[in-house]
Amino acid sequence: MAKKDAVIETRDLTKVYNGLVAVDRLNLRVYEGEVYGLLGPNGSGKTTTILMLLGLTEPTSGSVRVVGWDPRRYPLRVKAQVGYIPDRVGFYDDLTAWENLMYTAKLNGIPRREAYRRVDEALAWVGLSEVAHRPVRTFSRGMRQRLGVADVLIKQPRVIIMDEPTQGLDPESAREFLDLIRTLKKEGKTILLASHLLHQVQAVCDRVGLFHKGKKALEGTVEELGRQVLGTSHYVIVEVAEDAQRLAEPLRGLKHVQDVEVLDDRTLWVKSLQDVRPEVAAAVVQNGGRLLRLDVELPSLDDIYTHYFQTAGEAQE
Amino acid sequence: MTVARATRVQREGSPWTGLWAVVAKEMADHLSSTRMHILEFLIALTAIGTVYSAASAIRSVASLEPKYLFLKLFAVAQEPFPSFVDFLGFLVPLIAIALAFDAVNSEFNQHTLARVLSQPIYRDALLMGKFLAGLFTQFLIYAAIWLLIFGLGVIQLGVPPTSEEVGRALWLLVATVFYGGVWMAVALLFSVRFRQPATAALASIALWLFFTVFWGMVATSLASIIAPIRVGLPEELLAQARWQLALRRVAPGQLYAEILVAMLRPEVRSLSIVLPFQLEGALLGQPLPLSQSVLLIWPHLTGLIAATLVLFALAYIMFQRQEVRA
Ligand SMILES: Nc1ncnc2c1ncn2[C@@H]1O[C@H](COP(=O)(O)OP(=O)(O)OP(=O)(O)O)[C@@H](O)[C@H]1O
Ligand SMILES: [Mg+2]
Repeated sequence: MAKKDAVIETRDLTKVYNGLVAVDRLNLRVYEGEVYGLLGPNGSGKTTTILMLLGLTEPTSGSVRVVGWDPRRYPLRVKAQVGYIPDRVGFYDDLTAWENLMYTAKLNGIPRREAYRRVDEALAWVGLSEVAHRPVRTFSRGMRQRLGVADVLIKQPRVIIMDEPTQGLDPESAREFLDLIRTLKKEGKTILLASHLLHQVQAVCDRVGLFHKGKKALEGTVEELGRQVLGTSHYVIVEVAEDAQRLAEPLRGLKHVQDVEVLDDRTLWVKSLQDVRPEVAAAVVQNGGRLLRLDVELPSLDDIYTHYFQTAGEAQE
Repeated sequence: MTVARATRVQREGSPWTGLWAVVAKEMADHLSSTRMHILEFLIALTAIGTVYSAASAIRSVASLEPKYLFLKLFAVAQEPFPSFVDFLGFLVPLIAIALAFDAVNSEFNQHTLARVLSQPIYRDALLMGKFLAGLFTQFLIYAAIWLLIFGLGVIQLGVPPTSEEVGRALWLLVATVFYGGVWMAVALLFSVRFRQPATAALASIALWLFFTVFWGMVATSLASIIAPIRVGLPEELLAQARWQLALRRVAPGQLYAEILVAMLRPEVRSLSIVLPFQLEGALLGQPLPLSQSVLLIWPHLTGLIAATLVLFALAYIMFQRQEVRA
């Protein structure tokens, strides 16, 4: 059996809302066990795509397969294996966390005893056992989001789809939440994550798809995207004691180096396709420079994203 | 050449998967909600008050008319109180609307809809579950009230009810649940249509007021337009009266009121306009057996049930077409 099975697969998936193309001929493949990030500005079609994956919205055309089934024809089979945490996930405020999860268990047809066990386990897993019997009304945003995770765990899904899961969380809760996602990945779940919070996506996603106006514009690991969009995958920062300008020319001549930018009298930025720190260090010394600091940075998703949408914006005009 | 097909794909799996989970949850909500407690308290108080005063009135004439005492508990009005069934005419719609006006829109407002519909169930089960839970809740409430009335009756009148009386009360119970069903379906429809529960509640109440207060006048004037009286012939008078009655019966309250009359007053032989010659050979004042009275209300009862189903179907179609996103 092939190691890489597509758990989610779409072909030319399209959704048109009265003349407005929300998702445009999308071809998406998400493989077993990976964390895939759907990235894109507001209105780029992320939520619409997710709803079509779950059979909650009818596609206008194209085909979808999730865990091997067409969600239009076999929505119940798909939904039995796919957990979904909508953006701004809601619970019945007057019921307790435990009651809310029990309802989910019943809707999944889980027998009572088994349901008790799973609910307790799920609540413990997200650290909400203490407040299990408090009405959800009293929960904070972060607690609700974690309850959302507990809620999808009840059905023991193969795939978990999250829409803007860290929106509205403070940095600490967001970090905790990202840890939860990493743990889920370790447990072998396939995760599809829609977001526009770039550094968070970068922190957890194996691959990223960049959405733009309903189309998947780019796809790959962050490093691959960097190469595609910026033409660069590494930044080497060089700090010397004085006269940085003089070193620019010799550094440009090095192998793999694409560009050198002089930031000020003491700092240089070397853009390259590889980590060229040893070569840079040697060149600086050879040219009589006094090296103070040498650092390498990978381009962040932020840079890629900003750069991509700037050029995409310019191309439109 | 292939032609793109816009037809709906056949779905697999029962649309009722998860139905009973929804019913159980919704009933638990209803039975523990403050809103319903207030209404239950109100209807119980009304029942006790009216039945108590009716009982004293009945006792004073019981020796003269010893039949159907328990039915009179429902129907007899003792000044200054109206009878219990007079109250039912507006308490039932009120309870029904209270049960459903926020059924669907509250799911949107609490952002629970997408999460619930991402469980392995169809939308059908969610809407049907909510509707059934409302019907069952009404049945529970009215059954409890009926028992209360019979209990009070036994204490106050000192005799047990006859099986005929129990039978008539049961038919009345069924009719009451479906009279409530119509208004619940109206409220459910509005709860699908309007995002604000307050709007849905007001729209339901407005429709109810329209039918209770204005529809009678509308029916009268429409009847005089459709079947005008030009010369004053008896045929013309009759035609207009028939039209008027037919139009009035569009209002669920009218159907329910006629059911009440037929069930609680066994001597009523017809619910339509009766001409003197049709009564020839009939023994006036002789009560009808239960089976005959049931035949009388049968069209009314099926009318109420049909209206409930049609309204529910409308709500269902509208809900199926809605986007899950608020
Ligand atoms: N029910 C609807 N009717 C009409 N248009 C809609 C509907 N739902 C979404 N759209 C449109 O579809 C497009 C894609 O919306 P979608 O919600 O998928 O974007 P998104 O990427 O999830 O954005 P966000 O980051 O804001 O959540 C938007 O232009 C939106 O206006
Ligand atoms: Mg979205």
